[in-house]
Amino acid sequence: MELVSNLAHGFAVAVTPMNILLCLIGALVGTLIGVLPGIGPIATIAMLLPITYKLDPTGALIMLSGIYYGAQYGGSTTAILVNLPGESSSVVTAIDGHQMAKQGRAGAALAIAAIGSFIAGTFGTILLAALGKPLTQVAQAFGPADYCALMVLGLVCAVVLASGSVIKAIAMIFLGLLLSTVGTDLETGEQRMTLGFLPLADGIEFVTLAMGMFGFAEILKNLEQEESRDLVDQKVTNLMPTKEDMKEAAPAIARGTLLGSVLGILPGGGAVLAAFGAYTLEKKLSKTPEKFGKGAIAGVAGPESANNAAAQTSFIPLLTLGIPPNAVMAIMVGAMTIHGIVPGPQIMTKQPDLFWGLVASMWLGNAMLVIINLPLVGLWVRLLRVPYRMLFPAILFFCAIGVYSINNQPFDVVLTAFFGLAGYFLLKFGFEPAPMLVAFVLGKIMEEKLRQAMLLSRGDAWTFLDFSKHPISAVLMIVSTILLVMALLPSIRKKRDEVFVE
Amino acid sequence: MKTMKKFALGAVLALSANAALAQGYPARPITMIVPFAAGGPTDVIARIVGESMSKTLGQPIIIENVAGAGGTTGITRAAKAAADGYTIAMGHMGTHGAAAGLYPNMGYNPQTDFAPIGLAAGTPIVIVTRKDLPVKDFKEFAAYAKANEKTINNANAGNGSVSHITCVLLHDMLKIDPNAIPYRGTGPAVADLISGKVDYICDQIVSVSAQISGGTIKGLAIATPSRSPSLPNVPTTTESGLPGYQVSAWNAVFAPKGTPADITKKLNDALVTAVTDPATRKKLEGLGGVVPDAKGASPEALAALVKSENERWVPLLKAKVKP
Repeated sequence: MELVSNLAHGFAVAVTPMNILLCLIGALVGTLIGVLPGIGPIATIAMLLPITYKLDPTGALIMLSGIYYGAQYGGSTTAILVNLPGESSSVVTAIDGHQMAKQGRAGAALAIAAIGSFIAGTFGTILLAALGKPLTQVAQAFGPADYCALMVLGLVCAVVLASGSVIKAIAMIFLGLLLSTVGTDLETGEQRMTLGFLPLADGIEFVTLAMGMFGFAEILKNLEQEESRDLVDQKVTNLMPTKEDMKEAAPAIARGTLLGSVLGILPGGGAVLAAFGAYTLEKKLSKTPEKFGKGAIAGVAGPESANNAAAQTSFIPLLTLGIPPNAVMAIMVGAMTIHGIVPGPQIMTKQPDLFWGLVASMWLGNAMLVIINLPLVGLWVRLLRVPYRMLFPAILFFCAIGVYSINNQPFDVVLTAFFGLAGYFLLKFGFEPAPMLVAFVLGKIMEEKLRQAMLLSRGDAWTFLDFSKHPISAVLMIVSTILLVMALLPSIRKKRDEVFVE
Repeated sequence: MKTMKKFALGAVLALSANAALAQGYPARPITMIVPFAAGGPTDVIARIVGESMSKTLGQPIIIENVAGAGGTTGITRAAKAAADGYTIAMGHMGTHGAAAGLYPNMGYNPQTDFAPIGLAAGTPIVIVTRKDLPVKDFKEFAAYAKANEKTINNANAGNGSVSHITCVLLHDMLKIDPNAIPYRGTGPAVADLISGKVDYICDQIVSVSAQISGGTIKGLAIATPSRSPSLPNVPTTTESGLPGYQVSAWNAVFAPKGTPADITKKLNDALVTAVTDPATRKKLEGLGGVVPDAKGASPEALAALVKSENERWVPLLKAKVKP
């Protein structure tokens, strides 16, 4: 019952008027930057850091965390409405979410995203409070070989993201992997495929690629059709999900929440892996997999729940061990150190106000977000009625600001335009961008972990299948192989059938 | 003759313009370029020092994080900025000491392209191992590393990072060449050190002090002349028999070359006020930082430091690290 008294203490810290206000500000700012394409939580939190100097550390962290998970709510909005994923984790939401919007069901998609996120956020927060320490042990069991194997599994699953040709999806996965290797070699410092451009020395930014391939390319495609440029093909139906929608979405939310909670603990690609892992799972379990990619509500509910659950549980390594699992958390560490708290394994015992106050505020923040977001659905849907000739320059404008804000580099904006053109032609030829983006994100981590694992094993590739040393890796590799064979078998069989028909 | 006159006139005009510039300085916010991502040690030090400096100068100092290529992207931008005192940079041991040995096509010369303002704070290097590595102290570690040179694993935060080059120096002094495992940043490297997947790392005190006090990793030696108040139980390298290994990831303020002397003077005064202010000192020392006194924060001291650091790192890195 220690948990109850701790949580009570946490709520006592979190519900002071000041902290409630900070939580609300964080949630609002997060929603706003989530909605604005390209402007992500990293740039925002860095910009707002000076405001937190005057606050106490708990209040500062409550606000900054609010921005982080608020952005997860807001990020789905642009993904659904204008097919523009601002966060790597909302790439998957864009696939079916935007299709739903085109069919006039944007309201249902947005509402289900908010409801799913709230349920997932609540569960993730409880998990963080109750099982933070033991879950850290799980994350610590993953070594470089295991991460690498997990990424391989992720890539195998990425094939499922495509609704069209499997061969084209595989081609895009390899293109994504190739693009992820641009930049300075981690081990030798050698410049790879930078073509002599210094701004490419640290590789291609995810947002640059995503904004170009999704945002810019989509706009080019829409501008081509002169008559019907409107985003919505059909009349907007009801704003809230129907009973059937809820029935279809509920199990997806539950599964997404569980998957997201688990994968969120793993540093690095946790949230992305969670979102599209959930999508893959839903498509595989669905009785109507052919609906996926054409506006399946489970394809929105699952990934959205997963990425929000992951956003909450990704605090676990930071709050129990003092290790930031991603760039946003790294800035939070900075915010703590500015206040003289160097986060470490004793943060829970040494800073109980901060730990439990933050946990309690996360739940409050999630509740605020669902209250903020549900009424906003009507407003967002009305945004779709804005004539496209006015909407698209605004989107381009915000994209350009967002891309520039990542590194304060004008080159990135030019690069986005280039990817926009490339994405337009790829779309024309039926190549879908989602598998490529996922492979791009996973590829970076996979390469790093592959090289670490190979260096640690002194070049022995069998280390990935060594049950005694890396049991997790061995199991994941075997599962990946089975899945790959299963994915390829139907196409092999189909080809054979075709041959026989002839 | 006419051209001479024109030239003289131009020079006078330029001088008086500069004087006018300095008189009202600072009339608008100052941008301080931090060449690393927000949240890291250099960023935190820049924010703490910048806040105090802006109070003295009466204008806000805006931190602009321009990360990339080991910090050289941001510093290149600072070197090319207008020399009017409105763009300054928080340079670093890497960007102004080691970079010339790592990046042959760097866009600036750390010794000639800047007007040094002064040293802000340094974070000393600590040699840390996983908690169950069978060594009691640094001497045992040195012997163990030598005996297990082929199997021991050294983690670092990527090619050219502080944790990489400071361990290169350590290996050079111990005459060993162990396997180095690169990570993307200090965080994941320390995570794998905690779970025992790698054996040791050389890292800045701020990244490891809480872990050492928490007992998740072992701190063997700190590369400073005296022990750090944040880690009173960790002996110095001098105590441990390697007195030549003195390494601190220092951070210092630089202005572009050609910044008028009265402006650099104002900036230095503000910096000295910051590092001698008890509250600011306390904040920096709380991170394990070593903060200079007024003399240590002078432009002359910084120029000398940049020179000696380049002499120490550039030949070593050119010899030991692949381009």
